[in-house]
Amino acid sequence: MIEIKGLTKRFGNKPVVEDVSIKIQSGAITSFIGPNGAGKSTLLSMVSRLLDADTGEVLLDKNNVKQWKSDEFAKRVSILKQANFLNVRLTIRELVSFGRYPYSKGRLTAEDEQFVDQAIEYMNLKDMEDKFLDELSGGQKQRAFIAMVIAQDTEFILLDEPLNNLDMKHSVQIMKILRKLVDDLGKTVVIVLHDINFASVYSDYIVALKNGKVVKDGTTNEIINSDALREIYDMNIPVQEQNGCRICVYFNSHS
Amino acid sequence: MRLWMLIIAAIILSFISLFIGAIDIKPSHLLDWDSREMKIFLISRVPRLIAIILAGAGMSIAGLIMQSLSRNKFVSPTTAGTLDAAKLGILISMLFFTNVTYTQQVIFSFAFALIGTLVFMQILDRIKFKDVIFVPLIGIMYGNILSSITTFFAYEADLLQNISAWLMGSFTLIIAGRYELLYLSVPAVILAYLYANKFTVAGMGEDFAKNLGLSYKFVLNIGLILVAIIATTVVLTVGVIPFLGLIVPNIVSLYMGDNLRKTIPHTAVLGIVFLLICDIIGRVIVYPFEIPVNVTVAVIGSAIFLIMLFRGRAYAKK
Repeated sequence: MIEIKGLTKRFGNKPVVEDVSIKIQSGAITSFIGPNGAGKSTLLSMVSRLLDADTGEVLLDKNNVKQWKSDEFAKRVSILKQANFLNVRLTIRELVSFGRYPYSKGRLTAEDEQFVDQAIEYMNLKDMEDKFLDELSGGQKQRAFIAMVIAQDTEFILLDEPLNNLDMKHSVQIMKILRKLVDDLGKTVVIVLHDINFASVYSDYIVALKNGKVVKDGTTNEIINSDALREIYDMNIPVQEQNGCRICVYFNSHS
Repeated sequence: MRLWMLIIAAIILSFISLFIGAIDIKPSHLLDWDSREMKIFLISRVPRLIAIILAGAGMSIAGLIMQSLSRNKFVSPTTAGTLDAAKLGILISMLFFTNVTYTQQVIFSFAFALIGTLVFMQILDRIKFKDVIFVPLIGIMYGNILSSITTFFAYEADLLQNISAWLMGSFTLIIAGRYELLYLSVPAVILAYLYANKFTVAGMGEDFAKNLGLSYKFVLNIGLILVAIIATTVVLTVGVIPFLGLIVPNIVSLYMGDNLRKTIPHTAVLGIVFLLICDIIGRVIVYPFEIPVNVTVAVIGSAIFLIMLFRGRAYAKK
């Protein structure tokens, strides 16, 4: 389990994340939502050690993440930031193989190759595994990066806006895969999401941030209702039920 | 392109390189150990070939490491101030010590090349607008600033002739006893190969590297030290060879991608082939005189670079 205790981060004098304390439930999808500048990505970066917190701590298995050895940590927690700008010419297979880096330092064993094969199969990339990343579409690229994270075989998978620049079809595809990772493989997924409806339909827990603070934190049902949403977004958002999904109809809302 | 094709090309060109020059040496001469031809062969021709091989492989790999670590296809020792800083280091060592030893020159030049490249990486870290063309332009300006400092102090101290000699990359003066420093680049190149996977991971950015548990700063520093070692040994023995570290890794990247473990052998051998061709051309066109290799490299290299700029902008941007 990951536990966040009193985490604060300032850029200059401005607190971007302020006194955040939450627990991330294992074996579930937790979404971070909130308006722009709420501190969602900064929080995710601190959980994954990409950024140091000013005060507070992040505990993985009751130990502060700063005390973990970096390659051991990389076997437990993986993070994927927006990677569409990456300009490295690697084939899909090469990229996915680097997911095994924490285990093999680049010299793949037979077991590593097996993980790589499985990850590529899982993401349906087998027929294009020798293509270079810069020959792929946005959706294929995103799938390749997720395949790498699957090969990394960590219990916790953190994703910073994985749906950015993806069209509807690919967004749904990616979210379904994340759901499968949790339901079939028992992973714990934490995602920063912009689209409230994707958060509503696919996540188990939602953490809502605003101005660096947690405004709401609970199961999806507790967050996706008009009262809670008004508090988070300062908007009047009707919620409608459709095929068992709660959909927020915010497009023509009056504030 | 296959590696064995490149190796065969390198071997054939090496033979040609050994047997052209002002004095006609035929393989049959080499049967007689005491002949004049044999002496010339051992004192001049063989050292020259070794120097070309080490400089060609070294500069290309130095460029490859820099492109990977800076995440920019057009950054190389010539477009990041590394070579200019190395020159400044040699000059400072000459100003500091009245009877400067070779070792002092090497140490100063290495330290300056390292610091100079580090400063460039810091600049790169700070600028927001990381355009693929803009970044090397800044590097070239930065190099020119260092270079003008060097020229100013050299002029004041009456050392202008010396520095213009380092400016000119040439294998003409390479003879036994004057090139051995280049052997220092051999362990640097081997280390680069051992670190290939780490450089590739670091080349995907700090966040990416940290996610995989790689200590990014450490790898970055190792890379810059290797680049500084190679650049120093080449500048002090051969002089500045422009474009080599720029175009060779880019050509290899085009057909093989950016997985350094795979591309380092190709980059090294293609660098050797390219430099051998340039040197042979320089020795043949005004025979029995020579054109320094930096001229032929610059002419051929800038043409290839221009083609890459116009055709390859789209590719480099990706």
